[in-house]
Amino acid sequence: MKAIENYAFPKTPSGISGLDEITEGGFPAGRPVLICGSAGCGKTLFAIQFLVNGILDYNEPGVFMSFEESTKDLSQNVMSLGFDLEKLKAENKLRVDHVHIERSEIEETGEYDLEAIFIRLNYAIESVGAKRVVIDTIESLFSGMKNLALLRSEIRRLFHWLKEKGVTAIITGERGDNFLTRQGLEEYVSDCVILLDFRVIEQIATRRLRIIKYRGSMHGTNEYPFLIDEHGISVIPVTSLKLDYKSSNDVVSTGLPALDKMFTGGGVFRGSSTLITGTAGTAKTILASYFAVSGCKRNEPVVYFSFEESPDQLVRNMATIELDFASYIQSNHLHLHASRPSLQGLEMHLLTLQKMLDEHKPKTVIIDPISSLITIGSGSEVRAMLVRLMDVMKTRQINSIFTSLIHRFDNEFSDAISESVSSLADTWINLRNEDSNGARVRSLLIVKSRGMGHTNEQHEFIITNKGIEFQNA
Amino acid sequence: MLSTYMMTKEQRWELRLYIAGQTPKSILALKNITKYCQEHLAGKYSIEIVDLLENPQLAEGDQIFAIPTLVRKFPPPLRKIIGDLSNEERVLVGLNIRPIQDEIE
Repeated sequence: MKAIENYAFPKTPSGISGLDEITEGGFPAGRPVLICGSAGCGKTLFAIQFLVNGILDYNEPGVFMSFEESTKDLSQNVMSLGFDLEKLKAENKLRVDHVHIERSEIEETGEYDLEAIFIRLNYAIESVGAKRVVIDTIESLFSGMKNLALLRSEIRRLFHWLKEKGVTAIITGERGDNFLTRQGLEEYVSDCVILLDFRVIEQIATRRLRIIKYRGSMHGTNEYPFLIDEHGISVIPVTSLKLDYKSSNDVVSTGLPALDKMFTGGGVFRGSSTLITGTAGTAKTILASYFAVSGCKRNEPVVYFSFEESPDQLVRNMATIELDFASYIQSNHLHLHASRPSLQGLEMHLLTLQKMLDEHKPKTVIIDPISSLITIGSGSEVRAMLVRLMDVMKTRQINSIFTSLIHRFDNEFSDAISESVSSLADTWINLRNEDSNGARVRSLLIVKSRGMGHTNEQHEFIITNKGIEFQNA
Repeated sequence: MLSTYMMTKEQRWELRLYIAGQTPKSILALKNITKYCQEHLAGKYSIEIVDLLENPQLAEGDQIFAIPTLVRKFPPPLRKIIGDLSNEERVLVGLNIRPIQDEIE
């Protein structure tokens, strides 16, 4: 948290990775939060994770009042995510109360109120000393009862009561047609409203989260993708959104001595990002592979993400130019990961990458090519993903190399993806393969390199069975 | 019809009224149900009163969410009537109690 803030709005950290960064600390402490979204968007899981994290990480016991799933179902459903509710219940840190209303056995006559729900909730809160409460989904009461005016005033009273009780509460609500929730719960819970969304765009499912309202606090206003995997929910960005990473003065080799010489420092800065662009067949993958080999030679782990070639094919192709991927894979320096861009959503790709970063702790990461990702997301989404990715890698001081295919007829410096990425890249190398007097001539140009002097000529090169050879070097 | 009546003749009615303190609604509900029982189930009923302010842990067992709630524990099946029980007809139908006039017919 920033020290310069004179007033810190009291917050309850959700413990959900990424979310607390967006909300600058978590949910408003002691107030109700409304989480709404359509069926299957992850509301219940969100709420459970808030409780479980509270218990495990912040020593704040919790109460879950369920109007839908039974206690047993709930425990079973979240077991696969590693949440052991039964254990927490046995330790007296969690209490689950299932309010089951069997319409067929109930008759209404005369006046009543919902005091029993207050009593149950109060009893549950007192019995474990709860600081966090979840009510999931109170709107189911509407289908079970006739007196809707009474129900509304009771729900209003409940939220007010929760506030007085000083617990941080999550209230879930099903997405409605004209309102955020079917019964307009947003009218009653006005401190913090979060919308979860589950969409399928071109057959690829993406979950998104947006903070619609957060009274008295700053918050991110974008739509943030989130994931549900075997560890529960994580909201992306998972790392800092600020430009505050350290910059290294170390220089690392590109893997090609002749190319190193074109930079005044004799290579690129450690932890910087390099973009390699070029039309089809300009040797982008080869150049990227040099970077990979150079990392391996420094005895550092390298992760190579291939979106076009399978690991086998890549190993075979590189062997023809004396880049020995096979032995680096064997010595555990090089980790090849190939997947089709359309296999999963952008977020999942990002997560896979993130996991590989955690697992292998690479010092060099190659993504070949980023332009393939265009097929699964719009330009702005891909850019957002790349920004996040670069952020992650910069904070970890990883050398990143991205290749990007540009089309022959495009102006090579205004191609949509290159344009969006080039501003993020510290070094930009453009490759060409053009007709010149009836022969194809390959050339390389360093378009830019931040903080580093470089040559400004087109350097011609050829590819032999020994790899890239510069003509005049 | 007669045979079902014969069967219910020996039945005892076990009712339970959930309240939360001596609120006007709860007092009215108790007054109402006592009156109906005396009229229709004289000598074969019992009413237990559970005050959730004193015993909050009992609310979960019978799935009580509204106050007052009258629960027919016996005979089965379990029935619940929520409200101050001011509509006699609905209470009798809800509890499946035959009014005495019906029994005479």
